Amino acid sequence: MTAPLVSLQNLSVQFCGNRKASALNAVNIELGAGEVLGLLGESGSGKSVTLRTLLRLHPERSTKIQGKIEVDGHDVLALKGRALDLYRGGTVSMVFQEPGLAFDPVYTIGQQITEAIRAHGAVGEAAARAQALHMLERVQIPQARRRFDAYPHELSGGMRQRAMIALALACQPKLLLADEPTTALDATVQIQVLLLLRELQRETGMSVIFVTHDIGAAVEVADRIAVMYAGRIVEQATVGDIVRTPRHPYTVGLLAATVGAEHRGQPLQAVPGAPPDLAALPPGCSFAPRCAHASERCRREVPPLESKGGHAVACWHPAQPVAEAA
Amino acid sequence: MFAYILKRLIYAIPIALSVTVVSFVLVYLAPGDPLNAIAPADAPEEVIQALKSAYGLDKPVPVQYGLWLMRAVQGDLGTSIASGRAVTAEVLSAVSNTLLLAGMAALGGVLVGCVLGALAGYRHGTWIDRVATVISVIGVSIPHYWLGLVLTILFSIWLPWFPAMGAGPGGSSEWLWDTEHLRHLVLPALTLSVIPMGIITRTVRALVADMLEQEFVTALRARGLSGVAIFRHVAKNTAPTVLAVAGLQIGYLMGGSILVETVFAWPGTGFLLNTAIFQRDIPLLQGTILVLCMFFVVLNLLVDILQPLIDPRMGRS
Repeated sequence: MTAPLVSLQNLSVQFCGNRKASALNAVNIELGAGEVLGLLGESGSGKSVTLRTLLRLHPERSTKIQGKIEVDGHDVLALKGRALDLYRGGTVSMVFQEPGLAFDPVYTIGQQITEAIRAHGAVGEAAARAQALHMLERVQIPQARRRFDAYPHELSGGMRQRAMIALALACQPKLLLADEPTTALDATVQIQVLLLLRELQRETGMSVIFVTHDIGAAVEVADRIAVMYAGRIVEQATVGDIVRTPRHPYTVGLLAATVGAEHRGQPLQAVPGAPPDLAALPPGCSFAPRCAHASERCRREVPPLESKGGHAVACWHPAQPVAEAA
Repeated sequence: MFAYILKRLIYAIPIALSVTVVSFVLVYLAPGDPLNAIAPADAPEEVIQALKSAYGLDKPVPVQYGLWLMRAVQGDLGTSIASGRAVTAEVLSAVSNTLLLAGMAALGGVLVGCVLGALAGYRHGTWIDRVATVISVIGVSIPHYWLGLVLTILFSIWLPWFPAMGAGPGGSSEWLWDTEHLRHLVLPALTLSVIPMGIITRTVRALVADMLEQEFVTALRARGLSGVAIFRHVAKNTAPTVLAVAGLQIGYLMGGSILVETVFAWPGTGFLLNTAIFQRDIPLLQGTILVLCMFFVVLNLLVDILQPLIDPRMGRS
């Protein structure tokens, strides 16, 4: 097997502002070229922190990062100056959750894409503009020529997110980070944007890390899903395995909490309780306080992420897959 | 855009008109009679009457206003009672001196304020930020006539580097671009620049610090833009607000600080106003106030027109 495109090794992130908070705890992720990973979890589980750490977007003064990040041969945590600028947007780029907030309001969409292209290569203004316009056409923005000269506030939310994707892909990144790219959009537009992302991924062959709290969206685009809880990955497997044979009680709970036609008329199954305070994590498994199967050991020791046949789970009492039990 | 400018211009007309009413009427509210200043105390009644009708002071106030406005529109603001010279000429000469002083003070104050504010905003919470904040607080709270006196003592008496009075050698009020005249400009301009410097510093600091927390700035970094390129984005986003605040400050400076111009005997509008008030020189006072108020109106108009050129969210919808 060739070296993976992305590898996070024992990545821990601590914010030390007024309060200390452990946002990520010894996270390991590997991602091959062309692979799509869905990062699934509720608010505060460390999904967005993982993406932002991959681009080194956290303020350096108040963030402590441990571990190792390798992307396409770069030692990301050691990048500096121009190399870091080239890496950002060139090797790895990001689609933000709120396209309305992620564009500079006083420059046109076209100017911003053109600027990003010129920041990454010796391209003339005219060539960069042509390339930017081509990108807008590629993300299927109707009347791209007119939208090119529009300011962000003049576009609808869906259009803005398409423009954001055009901007993110303008420099042919090898890895695209999508931070809940459809959360801020209408339901109908969500599906269009998801389909567009999947289509572009297949065309370009880039890898994607897709963060979401919506299992439906993750299933739609991802090859593999990693479930995060309180800054740790608790389960990781292919989409099929996660959906058919979830093993971690948290994943089981999440799957039970989805709305589906077969549960019509029954109350929604929610995971009881709330996620733990990241400033004071319990000594054992973070999910133990909310877990129906928690034992003494769960409260004492953090379960390691153990992989078996490509299906990894961090739990002392995982649910037994049906096939194995028989 | 053209329609927007036209709309702004039309809005400016009633403002300008009310300014003329206020500057004309306010002077009549003040106690004192201009004739006391020129006629001897024991002048016979006929002489007083003759003088009154010569200056048009015997007519009812609204008629006086009408006549005054008619002439003012044609550029004639009457004759100064004290000096006998045309008010328009006196005011224009004072205005050009004040413009020079205010321009220099504004240039210095806004430039230093922007640099200091941007530094503080970028280094939010560090010692640089604290130093800049202290400087700006001192800047806005120090009484500037007092600062003028202190600077005079320091740099004109103890260290004889700069002259303490006037706009040029020998009390000349004609401005020339030579070192001798420029040396006269240094102390008053420095004194006047302190307040706008403080206000601009505070404004820019708050804006920049807030801007750097915005998601779009994170997004700019995620695109791989260099620090310089990101600064350009931050600057363009803060510019409209800074411009509005700076415009207001420049407006105040144009008014010519009565106190600072008096301290330095600078032959500007503030100095002129001071003289006109003490001599009860009504035409001169009215003319000066009118011209100063018009400056404010025009300056605000300019800011209104410039802002949407920088910020596309205004005016284009």
